[in-house]
Amino acid sequence: MIRRQQPSRRFGAGEQVDFVIVGSGAAGGIMAKELASAGYTVLVLEQGPRLSVPEYDHDEMAFFFLGARTNLSSGQPQQFRPTPSDPWQQRNVLLYGRTVGGSNAHFTANMWRMRPSDFNEASVHGTPSGTGLADWPLTYDDLEPYYTKADWELGISGAPGPFDPPRSRPYPMPPLPVKSSGVLFERGARSLGLHPEPTPMAINSQSYNGRPPCQHCGWCLGFFCEFRAKSTSMDAMLPVAEATGNCEIRPDSYVAKVETNAAGRATGVTYFDGDRNEHFQPARAVVLCANGAETPRLLLNSSTPRFPDGLANSSGVVGKYLMFNGNWGVSGLFEHPLNEYKSVQTTRMVLDWYETDPARGFYGGGGIDARFQQYPILFGLSGLPPDAPTWGAKYKRMLAEYYNRTMYLAVHTTSLPLETNGIELDPDLKDAWGLPCMRVTYRDHDDDMSVGRFLVERASEILEAAGGQRQWSLPVTPQTSAVHLLGTCRMGRDAATSVIDTNHRTHDVPNLFICDGSSLVTSTRGQPTMTISALAFRAGERIADLARRGEI
Amino acid sequence: MLISLAPPTGTADDSPETVEVTLSERLNSRREFLALSGAAGAAFLLADAADVREALAWAASRRGQQSYTNLSARQGATLEAAVARILPSDDGTPGAREAGVIHFIDRAIGGFGAGAKPAFEQCAAELDRRAAEVDASQTFDALSPERQDGLLRAIEQEPYFGTLRTFTAGGMFAMPSYGGNRDHVGWTLIGQGREPLYTAPFGYYDAQAAGGGQ
Repeated sequence: MIRRQQPSRRFGAGEQVDFVIVGSGAAGGIMAKELASAGYTVLVLEQGPRLSVPEYDHDEMAFFFLGARTNLSSGQPQQFRPTPSDPWQQRNVLLYGRTVGGSNAHFTANMWRMRPSDFNEASVHGTPSGTGLADWPLTYDDLEPYYTKADWELGISGAPGPFDPPRSRPYPMPPLPVKSSGVLFERGARSLGLHPEPTPMAINSQSYNGRPPCQHCGWCLGFFCEFRAKSTSMDAMLPVAEATGNCEIRPDSYVAKVETNAAGRATGVTYFDGDRNEHFQPARAVVLCANGAETPRLLLNSSTPRFPDGLANSSGVVGKYLMFNGNWGVSGLFEHPLNEYKSVQTTRMVLDWYETDPARGFYGGGGIDARFQQYPILFGLSGLPPDAPTWGAKYKRMLAEYYNRTMYLAVHTTSLPLETNGIELDPDLKDAWGLPCMRVTYRDHDDDMSVGRFLVERASEILEAAGGQRQWSLPVTPQTSAVHLLGTCRMGRDAATSVIDTNHRTHDVPNLFICDGSSLVTSTRGQPTMTISALAFRAGERIADLARRGEI
Repeated sequence: MLISLAPPTGTADDSPETVEVTLSERLNSRREFLALSGAAGAAFLLADAADVREALAWAASRRGQQSYTNLSARQGATLEAAVARILPSDDGTPGAREAGVIHFIDRAIGGFGAGAKPAFEQCAAELDRRAAEVDASQTFDALSPERQDGLLRAIEQEPYFGTLRTFTAGGMFAMPSYGGNRDHVGWTLIGQGREPLYTAPFGYYDAQAAGGGQ
């Protein structure tokens, strides 16, 4: 039972803490809970505000169009180019949640584990030429206890699937009720001999740890859960962390720099408070959980004469090997109402094409799930088939006829790590705090496009078999924006080619740790949150152990 | 769309240069739209939270007023007639006019949609100019619906028409606090529910699978 037994800890100005954690999202919340529960003093610095339940409105305009809860479009500009030979354009392409809870607070809540095969694809299939595909320095068996910990401590609803890797405990909750999209998808997939299964979700299907079951309001993607039924790091972990009496979550605190001393150790961080006053926060160790975009930016912005290319960047790979995950799909119209505006975003998926299959001729794999993926304004602008009228009586009639009879089969795929895809500091552009902005180079590898096209074709077959009256999709083209920000401070055993070791300690700075999407060596099959969560549980335990042994 | 670049708690003179991003530029591409809406937590990055709060507070202060603040009466009449052809009410159900889309636009261009104001001014002027070519004594709003449709077809490839269409969807389907979607008529049109919670079965097929039919 989670309850706030006491006001959370408040550290004084300049008071040294054991750990300062930068970022309060999927990884930061778990890290805070693990380290505070182990008895260490923990200060979590989050650049965004801490929202209260009355602010959790279902305001599509504010969230999807006005960027009200994400990194600032104007105050935190970015530059983008697809490849190093293209010119830079000012354009914000990397999005993340900028509130306490991070992107995880308003995510769709998919929680797919990786499989044993994800960890050694380079050995098994070879590294495609021109890419940085590498094996993980961990195995599935190393991470399994922490996947299970994530299942139980966060609260995951699901059921064993036909391709599941071994799990040491069953899911803590049964799957959420199937929606019409799930029923149709399952029907189509089964008729093709596939293996549809319930989607594992970080959403309560029954009361769990003092949080209520899902009320099926339908506003998961992009919105906070006012019922606290979404098993986010924010609702499942931060209250536990605060209840230890060892942890303070400090919102509106934008970290500018990790400070280091002459001995090459981190001494704390410099951050701006909500009034843009600068503070130095001393800490015995620093843990970056700021996401795959901000973590490398922060390291690159923390260079010193001793670390001229950025902190923890002796390898030169900080910011490199950025991976997005592919995200394409097919829409279909059905005879009767699906009413997909109700309940969670997705209830069924197929993972029959998860594995890399050399017979297909390209690296990668993924999954397909059934959803709607629309809200009213989005639908008005882009929900109808491409050949539909865009204004007039027929447009209006089609909006009315299609909104509740449409489903979308989304494909979620791998991205190859490329040295040329990444984040660097912009030499000129500054954010509203005067810090160098990030600039981003990204183009999907041809194999990423191939796996996307392959799965869109399979999704189209499922939709047809499900009895769709008509279907439509957009061409699979290179992506130019992302919310899955992965791989930019990759884990590895070799300090020359990776940023962190298997304890999440940076190779270069003994009391600087990193755990977030940047730690991933490969991209997952399009749903990274479960792996980020498992890594955070594991890292929290390892870091606490190191601290206890006096090895930090 | 001209975005105020004041950081959440900063002062104007500390701000970097202003950036202009048009809503229509962002939204005209269906692909971009679907791709971004597909990404969990994607946002469109057009303004900052402070601007949104400001816009909502402003809209609240204007609620109930039917006159225009940022559009002239002439522009308002012409643009209202135009949005009423994008989502007409000829079928007997409320359209953009009944939803108050013009008031959403009037409010938006005084706040987070300020960058789109020139597009609306151009759109209104162009429609009235073309209406006068049809009948020198008429403005666009005075023409028959058929003639209005004809003039709109002639400009439907223009960027300012894209802006008009984009804001029409916003005014029809955004929360009523933004000034449009009066009495949730936009949500009623498409069948978007307004209950705070639901119970299974949710739709025809899951009800059928559960044996209950619908």
